[in-house]
Amino acid sequence: MSQKLLFMQIKESSEVFDVIIVGSGAGGGMATKQLADAGLNVAVLEAGPFFDPADPKTMTQMKQPYDSPRRGAGTDRVFGEWDMAYGGWELEGEPYTQTEGTDFWWYRSRMLGGRTNHWGRISLRFGPKDFKGKTRDGYGDDWPIGYDDVKPYYDKVDKLIGVFGTNEGLEDDPDGFFLPPPKPRLHELFYIDGAKKSGIPVIPGRLSMLTKRINNERGVCFYCGQCARSCQVYADFSSGSCLIFPAQKNGGKVKLFVNAMVREVTTDENGKATGVSYINKEDRKEYKLKGKVVVLAASACSTARIMLNSKSKSHPNGLGNSSDLVGKYLHDSTGASAAGFIPGLMNRDTSYNEDGVGGMHVYSPWWGDNKNLDFPRGYHIEVWGGLGQPNYGFGFNTNAFNEFFGLSVGGYGDSLRDDVKKYYGATIGFGGRGEGLARKENYCEIDPTKVDQFGIPVLKFNYRWSDLEVKQAKHMQDTFEELIHNMGGHQIWGGKPGKDSNYGLEAPGKIIHEVGTTRMGDDPKTSVTNKFNQLHDVDNVFVVDAGVFVSQADKNCTWTIMALAWRASDYIIEQLKQQNI
Amino acid sequence: MAMDRRKSIQTMILGAGASALAFHGCKTEDKTLNEELITAEDNNYFGRTPEELERIEKLNAEQLFNEHEMETIAVLSTVILPPKEPHGGPIEADVPEFIEFIGKDMPDMQTTLLGGLMWMDHKSTTEFGAEFKLATLEQQKQICDQICFHDPETPLDKQPLEIQFFALMRDLVVTGYYTSKVGIADLGYVGNQANVWDGVPQEVLDRHGVAYDPEWIAKCIDQSTRNTVATWDEKGNLLT
Repeated sequence: MSQKLLFMQIKESSEVFDVIIVGSGAGGGMATKQLADAGLNVAVLEAGPFFDPADPKTMTQMKQPYDSPRRGAGTDRVFGEWDMAYGGWELEGEPYTQTEGTDFWWYRSRMLGGRTNHWGRISLRFGPKDFKGKTRDGYGDDWPIGYDDVKPYYDKVDKLIGVFGTNEGLEDDPDGFFLPPPKPRLHELFYIDGAKKSGIPVIPGRLSMLTKRINNERGVCFYCGQCARSCQVYADFSSGSCLIFPAQKNGGKVKLFVNAMVREVTTDENGKATGVSYINKEDRKEYKLKGKVVVLAASACSTARIMLNSKSKSHPNGLGNSSDLVGKYLHDSTGASAAGFIPGLMNRDTSYNEDGVGGMHVYSPWWGDNKNLDFPRGYHIEVWGGLGQPNYGFGFNTNAFNEFFGLSVGGYGDSLRDDVKKYYGATIGFGGRGEGLARKENYCEIDPTKVDQFGIPVLKFNYRWSDLEVKQAKHMQDTFEELIHNMGGHQIWGGKPGKDSNYGLEAPGKIIHEVGTTRMGDDPKTSVTNKFNQLHDVDNVFVVDAGVFVSQADKNCTWTIMALAWRASDYIIEQLKQQNI
Repeated sequence: MAMDRRKSIQTMILGAGASALAFHGCKTEDKTLNEELITAEDNNYFGRTPEELERIEKLNAEQLFNEHEMETIAVLSTVILPPKEPHGGPIEADVPEFIEFIGKDMPDMQTTLLGGLMWMDHKSTTEFGAEFKLATLEQQKQICDQICFHDPETPLDKQPLEIQFFALMRDLVVTGYYTSKVGIADLGYVGNQANVWDGVPQEVLDRHGVAYDPEWIAKCIDQSTRNTVATWDEKGNLLT
């Protein structure tokens, strides 16, 4: 299954590509698949190395903690050393800066497939209300499109990629083409019962892992619970394994340029894009690539950076930035967490394999009525727990839960062994993931005082939560407290976070759902792209990452990125046919 | 007497290396449940990038603890988590080697570890006239008893060094043991292998007083159909 033969590295090319795609994550991968399937000659530039989840040399799936001298600790990879992302909050030689008094965390992954190799695979459609925020409650803006425009593409993404879930007939959590979900695990049954007591709905999770075959190319889930390590049989969605490799295998003309860091989009005297210039990380020299159409999919912030750095006579304020909105309206999901120790889950029988899929088998979509609440928009609840694989950190503060039984905490000797087993699998955690509002005042811009190691000016962030996001986090914490109580548990991690810590609201960027920097709209003065992801200013440049989002939802963004990237690709094919671009 | 005990500590450490070799030499787990599962598992790799491997090699070439300190760590770790049949203890789990590595990997720990080991010897020599590793088990426990509990209301970094040291050592010993082959066997964790998840066993449900909702289960994957390619009607109802 290794894709090595299809992988080429070209340092210079006089070839004119039909389309140059910058970035190989969810959006870039989908554009690659659709445009190559249509017979176009496509170049894909990726800032990191080639990666194939099936390559035993880079594979971390099914490793034992003792295969590594650090037993899985996160010294080199922030989410643990088995996590399949070559990246992190900080990349060596690639800094970013902040306006004083603001805080934004930027997670980048440099590898073919980008962040799709390690993400949680929670694959939620936006609902009808999610596209019409302003109409709904006056905050933010409406999208220029609605659910009906995107629905056919969500349907196609479901079938092409595969997602498990159930049709529940919920208005804002639309039905789809689902594979059957896996049965709940033990802690998830406790969660269902606990949530029921508070009238909080729980439905099967919606994640892009194959509980059933969708074709004869990709394998079926074998329940190791390690999707964050990227699946060797391609049973979970990663952009490389599920979009780019299939596009190549289908006979598509796809040339991959890896370790290619794009500096800017080049333009001619009329302002039309002619291609891109990039730095080849291996020889640290700059090269140019020519293309008829440029598709940016470098991630919301990286795409904004490339556009802002693409200054020319025709585009003195940066490419596509006549509105001065490139980088503006940056927003991430809200996030707050809590965990509970549940005595009912103590002394577990460990004789069965409970790994399941690498994520939640059940979750709670937003249930609240904002009319009765002091914040707009909602959040969903993700649930974790169970008999997981021990890795570095397992058994730290072994018998801290003793305090709930009036027993002393600490000690040593044979009792430690008993305590480890007594408490193994008795913890449940919750993650609230909600909608933060899009605001013009939250943005990224170019910091002219700093460049990265490739000489490219870096981003400076300016992001503050408002009171509304803090109030939403408070609601999450109140809910978590109630859920833990309903399950007969005790809140851990130092108890319920209060006002002094913004109720545990994570810093902007921490949920890694950043969107909005090149938002779409009908008016070129108030938006960067039109409703087909095409720059208002330059008709042969498209953005197919989450930059085009007008607003987040209480949903993860990947499924919508792919639906819109597919829709934009259809538009590109049509426009090329009609010789409009 | 002292000589004998020292010898047995060295044997203990030597034994740890030997058992580690034995483990690496016999990977016999059968992971071929699924015909589609690639078993191209090459145990020379554990998914590191060349840069990450280089860093590990660099750390391996460095030495944090001297021979005496390694022996003290070996002795202390078996006091903290005594070996138990059939799954051994910290020595069989290569805990001292793990602590040596992690101390280099996370340099913030170094002062606490090195200083704490010195404190243990100072205390033991003052009270019993022998280094900690050579003291009797009874004497070793007397020292540990003074530092193994702390007030959970006060953050650890506000506690005396010896208490911080003991808490850190206990964390490293427990995590080192339970992330080893013998520790995982002791825990009874049976995951990290290909399988087909089909729900919690009935006796486990009964034991914890929960049950599956038949309506919910009806929507879940029928695992006998997992290899059938999915098709839907136009409304999204699964046909096959």
